[in-house]
Amino acid sequence: MTTAPINKVMPLSLVDGPGNRSTIFFQGCNLACAYCHNPETQNQCHHCGICVSGCPSGALTKADGRVNWDPEVCVQCDQCIHVCSSNASPKVRHLTPEEIFEEIQKNLPFIRGITVSGGESTLYPHFIKELFTIARAHGLTCLIDSNGTTDLTSYPALLALCEGVMLDVKAWDQQTYQKITGGLTNAVVKKNLHHLACCNKLEEIRIVCLPGEVDAEAVISGIAETIGENVTDVKLKLITFRSNGVNGRLQNTPSPDDTYMQQLLQQAYELGFEKAVIVS
Amino acid sequence: MSQVLDMVTSQKLTYEQKVMSLAHAAEDTLSVLNIPEKTRYYFEINAIDDLYEGSAPYRPRYIMPDYEHLLTNGSEFLRIEPPEDIDELLNSLMIFYKHVPSITGFPVYLGNIDKLIEPFLDGVSDKKAKKKLRLFLNYLDRTITDSFCHANIGPEATRAGKLILELEKELQNAVPNFTLKYDPAITPDDYAELAVHASLYCANPAFCNHHIHQKTYPTDYGISSCYNILPIGGGAHTLSRITLPGLANVATSTEQFLYELLPDCLEALGGYMNERIRFLVEQSGFFESSFLVKEGFIDANNFIGMLGITGLAECTNILMGENEKRYGHDSEADDLAEQIMKVISNFAAQFPAKYSNISGGQLMLHAQVGMDYDIGITSGVRIPVSDELENIYDHLRHSARFHREITTGCGDIFPIETTGRNNPSAILDIVKGAFSLGSKYMSFYEENSDLVRITGYLVKRSEMEKYRDEQVVLQNTTQLGTSNYDHNHLKDRKVRGV
Repeated sequence: MTTAPINKVMPLSLVDGPGNRSTIFFQGCNLACAYCHNPETQNQCHHCGICVSGCPSGALTKADGRVNWDPEVCVQCDQCIHVCSSNASPKVRHLTPEEIFEEIQKNLPFIRGITVSGGESTLYPHFIKELFTIARAHGLTCLIDSNGTTDLTSYPALLALCEGVMLDVKAWDQQTYQKITGGLTNAVVKKNLHHLACCNKLEEIRIVCLPGEVDAEAVISGIAETIGENVTDVKLKLITFRSNGVNGRLQNTPSPDDTYMQQLLQQAYELGFEKAVIVS
Repeated sequence: MSQVLDMVTSQKLTYEQKVMSLAHAAEDTLSVLNIPEKTRYYFEINAIDDLYEGSAPYRPRYIMPDYEHLLTNGSEFLRIEPPEDIDELLNSLMIFYKHVPSITGFPVYLGNIDKLIEPFLDGVSDKKAKKKLRLFLNYLDRTITDSFCHANIGPEATRAGKLILELEKELQNAVPNFTLKYDPAITPDDYAELAVHASLYCANPAFCNHHIHQKTYPTDYGISSCYNILPIGGGAHTLSRITLPGLANVATSTEQFLYELLPDCLEALGGYMNERIRFLVEQSGFFESSFLVKEGFIDANNFIGMLGITGLAECTNILMGENEKRYGHDSEADDLAEQIMKVISNFAAQFPAKYSNISGGQLMLHAQVGMDYDIGITSGVRIPVSDELENIYDHLRHSARFHREITTGCGDIFPIETTGRNNPSAILDIVKGAFSLGSKYMSFYEENSDLVRITGYLVKRSEMEKYRDEQVVLQNTTQLGTSNYDHNHLKDRKVRGV
């Protein structure tokens, strides 16, 4: 039976796509963005056990070289996440698509769809395809929130099952991309950008804006060039960097000011992004 | 008389508030109602409450004039001709509202306001219409100085409704409350989303389940005061309540409560309500003398008696005793609560109510939202503040279950995270889900909003600050709201969103 590591299933999300949706956060990411605001979803737990002794409720135990987590006992204080030195979490469950859907079904009739996020959900393309098949059979719409590093042109059946992809374009220049994400190349991201625009599956584009770290100006013009006339229809979210939840070298970095964000918005408007917004 | 002298010399009341209080004090010197000994006992133990309705009723508690009638016939008594343009319409309404009595001394229902205005907008630009409506809305807010006042919009989208929603966001007025009669089959999504968006800036409008409520009466319904679902062209003679925790406190066992105490207290309450209605209809002279009746704006046959219920949560928890199973969180407690509701609704179905033709001679149930002096008594059938269910869907399923028996007003209030403004469609999805399960009424405000909903009415936090600081405030509901906000820890309401 196929399972995937799941960090969390959130019953309610006002921010992950149109309408009210349940969001499934996968554990594990192939990038390590310096501004990641949920870095505990990046890696798999390697059972070092450093988190066990500090657990105030006794939800964590170690046996046979493995850290076990009891969700019934857990008080969600996140102490384990704070002490983890490898950007992982012991609170991960390995679930089948059916098991995930059992949880999602409890949220009907309050949601119109589901969104897979992470971590990086497209590291499990066959799994999300199975999940989407079940969700659609129950009348739910499906969205993918992705960093764009999986070549989605190889998964036409998956794309056919989803309404669209919310794509993070983290940097345009290759070196800037490598520095902010730890990834090797953004060539696949650009390829996906083009492909999704062509097949009308580009639900939303997101740029986290932080001058000096992210070449947001180049990203905006690069996207405009890549997707052509789709600029007028696509939602572009210019996300103001916030240090909340950030670990590492940017954890004390201040947010860009309003003037800068407004300049980016202006640039986007000039390039034809009618649906560009600033997310503060 | 020292209480009267206190009113006269108060430096915390406006002149208008003093006059109202003095009128009330004068009314309460009368004892014209025949109140049996047993009923007096239930009053003493705080199991029955007349909700400050006065001891000699001389007008129905809530009046719902048929304002369409004003549009077609004008009013002879007020010397108003049927209006022919938007200026005449708004002026006619402003005159008319002044003469609609109620328990608060102010009109509690201003009509299906968008429907009244819409036909007069032809040929008027948005800019001009907005200027006129802005003056009109501010007139209402500054002269109806009591926020138990309601205007309705919807379920159809109208230009008038859209302009009002835009203005309300800008004006930040506490009066009137607006409710959107919402039916997903009739109300377009973009219009409903506009309403959600507005509510996250100015706490207006609230959402009423139109599909369910339209079947309440043979005539059209309106929402008045603090969520009362009442027939247009009539209203409510009275609203008295059973304060369930007061009664539970004297119960010797759950069985004794369910099968002896509760039926006995309801019988006493029903008799008391009938006595109020009797005096109002047969002796007060209201229905014989009011121009509203003579000219056909209201009809005595369109009034009902509302039996209020409050504190179901605490009552259930008292009866559950020491076992810590509590309302909203344990099925055993909820099953008991449902049994209590069944006893009450069975009583209402068989008790003969006087002068209540439009409800088939029955009292109708209302989730009474509480009084400023209530301490540790949760509104209607709500789950107490700070004890709300973690998952909003579970909370709404619970609401739907307990809204079922209540026909004339029952709702929930949710503060929402600021980010909700970015995605009104998400909140609308939740409303759709809740309404499809039978939830009857929902309202929202943004977590940091100056305007907050107390129990059903709106008050500004900034005005409450002034009142706490011993200053005079314009709206008497600020005074009521401040005590309620503090006593019931409303600042601790669970904020929803992700």
